[in-house]
Amino acid sequence: MSHLDALPPWAAILVTVLMLLGASLACIGSAGLLRLKDFYQRVHAPTLGTTLGTYCMLAASITCFSVLHGRPIFNEILIGVFLTLTAPITLMLLVRTALHRDREAGSDYVPKSPHKP
Amino acid sequence: MIRRWLPYPLLSLLLAVIWLVLNQSLAVGTLLLGVLLGIGLGLAYRVLEPPKAHIRNFLLLGRLLLRVLGDIVRSNFAVARLIVHRDRRMHSGFVAIPLTLTDRHGLAVLAGIITSTPGTIWVSHDPDLSILVIHVLDLVDDQAEIDAIKQRYERPLLEIFQ
Repeated sequence: MSHLDALPPWAAILVTVLMLLGASLACIGSAGLLRLKDFYQRVHAPTLGTTLGTYCMLAASITCFSVLHGRPIFNEILIGVFLTLTAPITLMLLVRTALHRDREAGSDYVPKSPHKP
Repeated sequence: MIRRWLPYPLLSLLLAVIWLVLNQSLAVGTLLLGVLLGIGLGLAYRVLEPPKAHIRNFLLLGRLLLRVLGDIVRSNFAVARLIVHRDRRMHSGFVAIPLTLTDRHGLAVLAGIITSTPGTIWVSHDPDLSILVIHVLDLVDDQAEIDAIKQRYERPLLEIFQ
């Protein structure tokens, strides 16, 4: 941890707040998997971790290393871009799979397929 | 000539920029490799023959991205509150939205926006009937949800892509 001593207090506080906020959001999102009732509700929860949770962590990392090195370092932004592009695809695939299974099982909760009356 | 080497100029530019950001440098070698990557991968992309996107309004696209970012932040805290307080009366459900948007790229962006925003998820879209079904975690008013999606996201996307 020795090289982090070079971090000025204002930056240390900012980095800490961002990291705690990001970690809390990811944690609440994971807790949502336990607390919410059915699959379609639960699938909303992990988006906390993949959106603002990640953005806060990346902002903390960018702040920390930019201040330490004395020049802007922002390659972390790419993590955010790639995650924003890919995470929705996974979630949509999961939802469509669940929908397909529920329709096959004849569940009344899910909307009917428009092609099969 | 330009079309021959840069069939997708925007994609090539983006790839080159990603390479520069990844390397965090503007040295001549990095720059050259970035340009080569942009051109090479752009040409490789042409083999896939994807339908071309026509972005008509870059300013509006930027404004839409800022709006989406704001919405993501707000709904993050809204969903976090729902999970922490666990309101038993919370009602979730599916909402069917009739869409005017038919452009594939516009629909792809709309899918990304809706799924990235915590609290709403893209469930299915019927291209023949142009009906989109989403799932809403905290559903209070169906019509309000439909209006919000159509006004906030579909209208700017129509202007940008269609």
